[in-house]
Amino acid sequence: MATINVNGRSMKVDASPDTPVLWVLRDELGMTGTKFGCGMALCGACTVHLDGAPVRSCSLPVSAAVGHRITTIEAMSGTPVGKAVQTSWVANDVPQCGYCQSGQIMSASALLAKNRKPSDADIDQAMSGNICRCGTYNQIRAAIKQAAASLNGRA
Amino acid sequence: MTDIRNLSRGKALGTTSRRDFLRATGLAAGGLTLGFALPVASRLALAAAPADTPINAFLRIAADGTCTVVCGLSEMGQGVHTSIPMLIAEELDADWARVKVEQAPVDKAYSNPIFGMQATGGSTSIRGHWEPMRKVGATARAMLVGAAAETWKVPASECRTERGQVIHASGKRLAYGKLAAAAAKQPVPETVTLKDASKFTILGRNLRRLDTPPKVNGSAKYGIDVRLPGMLTAVMARLPVPGAKVVSFDATKARAVPGVRQVLQIPSGVAVLADGYWAAKKGRDALEIQWDAGISGNLSSASVSAMLADGAARAGAVAHTVGDVAAVKPARTLEASYEAPYLSHTCMEPLNCTAWVHDGEAEIWSGTQSQGPSQGIVSQIAGVAPGKVKINTQYLGGGFGRRFAPDFTIDAAMLSKAAGVPVKLVYTREDDTQAWFYRPAGVTRFTAGLDASGVAQSFTATVASPSIMESSGFMKIPANGVDHFAVEGTEDHPYDFPNQRIDYSRVEPGVRVWFWRSVGHSQNIFFTESFVDEMAGAAGKDPFEYRRGLLSRQPRYRAALELAAERAGWGKPLPAGVHRGIAVGQSFGSYVAEVAEVSVAADGSIKVHRVVCAVDCGQVVNPEIVKRQMESAIIYGMTAALYGRITLKDGRVEQGNFDTYPMVRINEVPTIEVHIVPSTEKPGGVGEPGLPPFAPAVANAIFAATGKRLRELPFDTSQLKRA
Repeated sequence: MATINVNGRSMKVDASPDTPVLWVLRDELGMTGTKFGCGMALCGACTVHLDGAPVRSCSLPVSAAVGHRITTIEAMSGTPVGKAVQTSWVANDVPQCGYCQSGQIMSASALLAKNRKPSDADIDQAMSGNICRCGTYNQIRAAIKQAAASLNGRA
Repeated sequence: MTDIRNLSRGKALGTTSRRDFLRATGLAAGGLTLGFALPVASRLALAAAPADTPINAFLRIAADGTCTVVCGLSEMGQGVHTSIPMLIAEELDADWARVKVEQAPVDKAYSNPIFGMQATGGSTSIRGHWEPMRKVGATARAMLVGAAAETWKVPASECRTERGQVIHASGKRLAYGKLAAAAAKQPVPETVTLKDASKFTILGRNLRRLDTPPKVNGSAKYGIDVRLPGMLTAVMARLPVPGAKVVSFDATKARAVPGVRQVLQIPSGVAVLADGYWAAKKGRDALEIQWDAGISGNLSSASVSAMLADGAARAGAVAHTVGDVAAVKPARTLEASYEAPYLSHTCMEPLNCTAWVHDGEAEIWSGTQSQGPSQGIVSQIAGVAPGKVKINTQYLGGGFGRRFAPDFTIDAAMLSKAAGVPVKLVYTREDDTQAWFYRPAGVTRFTAGLDASGVAQSFTATVASPSIMESSGFMKIPANGVDHFAVEGTEDHPYDFPNQRIDYSRVEPGVRVWFWRSVGHSQNIFFTESFVDEMAGAAGKDPFEYRRGLLSRQPRYRAALELAAERAGWGKPLPAGVHRGIAVGQSFGSYVAEVAEVSVAADGSIKVHRVVCAVDCGQVVNPEIVKRQMESAIIYGMTAALYGRITLKDGRVEQGNFDTYPMVRINEVPTIEVHIVPSTEKPGGVGEPGLPPFAPAVANAIFAATGKRLRELPFDTSQLKRA
């Protein structure tokens, strides 16, 4: 039994200590917005924030998350950056199949939280861990830039 | 595996079974007939909100005016949950802001008219539903007008419709929501007139996708997200080699993993069922299994290549002839062989299916492309009538043809039946990559007979590859011996060579092959468009001008080629080190030309800077969706061109996860511009046709840059290294 903090709430979970956070979220807490893609931190579909930094939850044992804040896609509309990114994603109709997009949005939000004017190289650096098999990459780039502009306009 | 030949309602894929669609839906050729899908409509009504009136199988109208389109096609990213509603909404004169979409159950009413069964694939959705769905909207509109006219006691001819309202000449208005109940009781009109394209207010516009909002906040439900009370998650040890068998297994360690509930053997392997994925996966990994690899245990990529090369060296079944190639006495000949490997589809959502077989019925929750066949398959496994099989189609985290296959559905149904509980079967990424449903490998040998100035007198090609038709389980190679999926893109090339012969030489190394985005075109257009570039070189012609000169009888090919060349600035200077290549192809009724701008570094690595794509896909439902599908297919084709390769050693697949089967990432993608050729032709497909011209356009650019002709996929950049 461990207690983890997910989206600001303390949750008691029954998983074995080696269980990846991904499966605690999905199978135990029923939070299925975070996706399984590879299980080896190679595709980014499972990206969540750990104390604000993007991490691959498929490779993060729940024991290592104790004492840290986990934020998932389900809570992103509650943060100014997350809201701006989601709004921009909608405005650009980014998703196709949509399966990778939770992870894309988590990586993009983490980028914009620390860098409000990302260059193309910054975007490549922050987003190249996230695979999109539908090839929405150019729309992702455009949406990140639009979200940055809207955040700067408000600042 | 279960033979789906007997289970797919006996309909051949690719043969139009239009009559069945019309019969099932009540849509007759001249319009709508009585009894229009009423059984389905009444069944749907049970699920509908009390004030949500089913007008027919495809449409409900709520009292508040919300129009809910019931879509029988699977949404896998191609935009069908937006484009099908647009077709209905146009003729309905609906208020687009009040149009919603909902996934249909499995039912004959939703049979795809091109397939004759409920299924999504082959870029058929708009081609098959362009007219039927518009008729659905026009019929509903006529019934709403009829209801308003009756209410007002005026002739229907004095009424018009606009944005969800019937409007009388006097200015009186009634909203569709207020009329829905009465409209549902109106007689179904015998015939309806569809709008002229000049009157379209919805079709042809860049309307936003209806499925975007749930896909940005984690609420969209994919197959893998299904959760049922009492459900167990299964992870399997699947047959590592085609035809392998389990000799024995020891599940002692697997059963000791906390959370593991059952271990079951089914024909495709051994499954560990647990409370969740992690325990099931640990249990699976702890299984000790003795396999008998069987006759495929020695299979290797080298032996496959050798078999294909042998096949390409033999005459095969004649797929296409023009004139008489044997009578040509060329001044010289140009010969080349091309090769492409097996490929995995690699959807982002690993394959999965949830099944519950119980009490004389069966229920499936899955992102499937083939509801119709799946219903038949599951009914046989469960031992229940097809009508007792429900299929709850979820969003698909990618399809690309892979989710047309039955393996995950069969195994989930078998496991649930054996376990007695709902079972969610989940493939690991490695299971997904190694599941033996691959794009065929192939070798094609070309010979061109040229006159002294390089003008082509003859063109021959022998295509050696396995047969998807035979592998599919629901088709057979026809009497002429030609699997058209194997030769498409080569046998139907557009060029005006005076003498031609294209043969199909079937080679079966023992690996199951399957439909992969753009199917045979994916490799054949690479082969053909690369070889045609070689022919242009032999004739001393510019690659664009050479093609153009051979397309005088192919105006749609030529217009796409010319538009791509013009927008790319063909012939104009490029930055130092950047070179262009061009290619054109038709697939699924759409004509696509692409120009790639490529540079090759000293270490041989390739950078694709820009792709200009021109597409003629006939009349367009939603231009932005068309453009995104072209771009998507180009990037999917880019992964295949740069990295895609399933290799075999000792009968086993050597690739597993994204480290060994890499994908193109954001830092590698070129700028992509898509231009649509204005057209009044009937719609072509858009999900796949953007893919085939990409690889040859890049290969042709690499040749322009280096003088090296890469004749194999994926590109071996070590050949491009400068010393």
